[in-house]
Amino acid sequence: MRIVTVGGGPAGLYFSLLMKKADPMHEVTVLERNPPDATYGWGVVFSEETLGALRDADMPTYDEINDSFAKWNAIDIRYRGQTIRSRGHAFSAISRKRLLDILQRRCRQLGVELRFLTDVEPGSRLADPSSADLVVGADGVNSLLRAQHADALRPSLDVHRTKFIWFGTDLAFRAFTFIFRENEHGLFQVHAYPFDAATSTFIVECPEVAWRGAALDQADEEESIAYCQKLFAEDLAGRSLLSNRSLWVSFVTVRNQTWHDGNVVLLGDAAHTAHFTIGSGTKLAMEDAVALAQALARRRDLEAALTEFELERQPVVERFQQAAQESSAYFENVSRYASFDPVQFAFNLLSRSGRITHLELEKRDPRFVAAVDSWFASRTGKGRLAPPPLFSGLRLRGVELANRVVLSPAVQDAAKEGTPNEDHSDLLREAAEAGAGLVLTEFLAVSAHGRIGPGTPGLYTDEHASVWGRIVEALHTSSSSRVAARIGHSGSRGATRPRVDGLDRPLSEGAWPLLAPSAVPYTRLSQVPHPMSAGKMRDVKQDFASAAEYARAAGFDLLELDMSHGYLLASFLSPLTNRRTDEYGGSLPNRMRYPLEVFEAVRAVWPPDRPLAVRLIATDWLPGGFDVQDAVAVARELHARGCDLIQVVAGQTVEHDRPVYGRFYLVPYSDRIRNEAVIPTLVSGGLTTADEINTILAAGRADLCVLDPPIS
Amino acid sequence: MRVGVGLPNTVAGATGALVLDWARRADEGPFSSLGVLDRVAYESFDPIAVLAAAASVTRRVGLVTMVVVGPLRSTAMLAKQAASIDSVSGGRLTLGLSIGARKEDYAVTGVPYEGRGRRLSEQLQDLRTHWEEGGMVPHPARPRGPDLLVGGLSGEAFGRMARHADGYVHGGGPPRAFAGAAGRALAAWSDMGRPGRPSLWGQGYFALGSDDQPARGAAYLRDYYSFTGPFAEKIAAGNLTSPQAIADFVRGYEEAGCDELILLPTVAEPDQLDRLAGVLS
Repeated sequence: MRIVTVGGGPAGLYFSLLMKKADPMHEVTVLERNPPDATYGWGVVFSEETLGALRDADMPTYDEINDSFAKWNAIDIRYRGQTIRSRGHAFSAISRKRLLDILQRRCRQLGVELRFLTDVEPGSRLADPSSADLVVGADGVNSLLRAQHADALRPSLDVHRTKFIWFGTDLAFRAFTFIFRENEHGLFQVHAYPFDAATSTFIVECPEVAWRGAALDQADEEESIAYCQKLFAEDLAGRSLLSNRSLWVSFVTVRNQTWHDGNVVLLGDAAHTAHFTIGSGTKLAMEDAVALAQALARRRDLEAALTEFELERQPVVERFQQAAQESSAYFENVSRYASFDPVQFAFNLLSRSGRITHLELEKRDPRFVAAVDSWFASRTGKGRLAPPPLFSGLRLRGVELANRVVLSPAVQDAAKEGTPNEDHSDLLREAAEAGAGLVLTEFLAVSAHGRIGPGTPGLYTDEHASVWGRIVEALHTSSSSRVAARIGHSGSRGATRPRVDGLDRPLSEGAWPLLAPSAVPYTRLSQVPHPMSAGKMRDVKQDFASAAEYARAAGFDLLELDMSHGYLLASFLSPLTNRRTDEYGGSLPNRMRYPLEVFEAVRAVWPPDRPLAVRLIATDWLPGGFDVQDAVAVARELHARGCDLIQVVAGQTVEHDRPVYGRFYLVPYSDRIRNEAVIPTLVSGGLTTADEINTILAAGRADLCVLDPPIS
Repeated sequence: MRVGVGLPNTVAGATGALVLDWARRADEGPFSSLGVLDRVAYESFDPIAVLAAAASVTRRVGLVTMVVVGPLRSTAMLAKQAASIDSVSGGRLTLGLSIGARKEDYAVTGVPYEGRGRRLSEQLQDLRTHWEEGGMVPHPARPRGPDLLVGGLSGEAFGRMARHADGYVHGGGPPRAFAGAAGRALAAWSDMGRPGRPSLWGQGYFALGSDDQPARGAAYLRDYYSFTGPFAEKIAAGNLTSPQAIADFVRGYEEAGCDELILLPTVAEPDQLDRLAGVLS
């Protein structure tokens, strides 16, 4: 086989030597535009997993690489003048220059032809697919081969918002070190790690505004060094920053729909990049090289081999890119956590990409997790035990929740005239007996006309209050769970058939007139609702207040107002459903006016020692709709009026929205509302394990979690 | 988990006689359902017509579309056809629908491609109403008509499934891909406040035999999916061609929470059914 590899970085060299080693009859040529000793880039990091793959693939290079490693196991997080250390992480790093030297020597030894100072330019025949059996594009993030085969490969390039610069330093850090320093221009971060006995990589990252504010967009290399050296003088302890054509750049995430086209295949950064904050670029590239060489050894047919290579590597790379996206988003928004205690700040940082959970950290560093758990538990101030966060209590006003798990039985649609039946009480009892800190009812209508359908339970007659009173009392007697009622008005989503056969199907008989801010029907088959008059708005507000009084009489510990999913109060919040031209429509302050008035009316009659929550929509999932920034603003206003908890949900404002049901899809919204509006949050959405909940709680992304049953 | 088998209604070389014989034999075999695919601009049997024929030569086996491209068909006609099959089969139909992925199917039927998602949502609501309220369709075997499934991987597809359907039908891939989609289906279902949980259906391709069956199966998949470009090669590489691969796949789907898995043939020869039955027993 005649193989031409474009690019003499780690992926290209490693693949080439593996092929030549597998069969000396292969004719392998590497084309590299730089001289052999070009030295840019500093250290690169490997994981244990990668080292195993390298050991299996080629022992001589593994031995040399392994002997050259700087190894350490700690992560230091320097924040607000404190350094928090977490151990047990097993890092290895090597100087990029040293790595290339090892690989180049091995290539020569095996007979790979290395042609340096050979630039493959557009139109060049050097990498013409017809000139070889296989052409490998290991030519990096700005790959020429990728551009030449863009029609088939379908690349997408995503430029990140922050700026970063890649320095070295003659200070050997003793841990992977994250440093956060704020000045008048913004928050600057460092990712630093040693790669030999005397030198470390030192990457500085900052938001673009800070970068411009500090005039770094005008700065040359020396000025940039001077600025960063001064800013991080304390961390550098008198040592200096080293530059090697270091420039401020924006990270580019590269993806390709496919990695091969005919006999041309991409490797490493040419095919995919993952943000440097998870430090896996070289690791992924070298693993690609191993996988491609193995696929070519297994399959005689080139197309089959290249397909197999992609099938093996693409899912792995996608997982890293997902984690990298979470990680880079964390660093882009890190100022959101500026008020965190350093312990929680550190846990939040370590769990940022979703790969490291509470349980995983506990395996790596039990002492660190004990410190986190103990800090978490200390805020409720009880005893010296430090249980995992899930089992920490939470106090909201006069109500003490025994733990952080909320269970909410599924919708029953089984009430008669709003009166709950035994199914309701059985399911709530089951939830309480399962040990939930809080059990939460389904939607209870504040009036007969506020029901979703004929089976919706309510809280609008003396009888409802007395039946709920018996249910709540039984729960209090048989368990330590606190009990919450969710009350709401269905608005334009009322008078529908039972949800077992689908949502929002209008009743064929017995429908009642609907109310909404504007005459916008929910579906094309729905009744057109009546825009609410001032009188109706007063009446419905009164219904909410009465429901709150019934809830108090029934002994509910916590009350939740529904402002979600296109029901009445939520439809005031969203510009998609609120078309009013009076003081209740238009701007966000106007749109939130009525929901806030209702909240105030309820807060006025709900006992001061009992918490009041709001189930709030975080986004309409449609451009031009209510979004998370609006939700933060509403949450702030609610907080100022005595709201104690926000349950974060999304979507359903209108029928044809564009939901995103990824893993833990509500957690980022909860994180943002909790930490920007500074109010406790309750989050749900596919959380099925204690570990997931412990991680979310310890990282400060929510305060309570709804536990869902696992799939099977 | 139940395991069903596909009818080769889109596989090259399938004759009418073979399809009917296939249905008869599947009814006698260990299979829970017979699944059909839908493509207009491709040499294939119409899924609705072929299921009606299958209904008449079977007594037991379930009949499921994996999936029919709903927006290509008028809702009233589809409601009528589905109710008819459900009625003559004694309530054995499950109707899986999606928006499809091939522009050319829309082009040859003269149906606009734009707005197909919204039309499918409306269609799901209207089908149920036709079946429940009658007046136009035969008396369905079950009062609410056949179960409705929705396929697709977009957020809209999951939302549509959870709002209007009874279950989710996945488009194929390794168990891990199914598990991810199933998780999203459940999240959407619970977000919508629907009672209970959606039924979860999976599918996979197979070609069994030690001669050229795997190669012919792969060639069929490359051709069937040629509209996806390089992705066709990956689908062909995922074809299950050994008893071990099928056993692993079935176990993987079961562990991922699948309720019913349909294994779709890629070679239209009746011995494929016997070979598959042998692997499953």
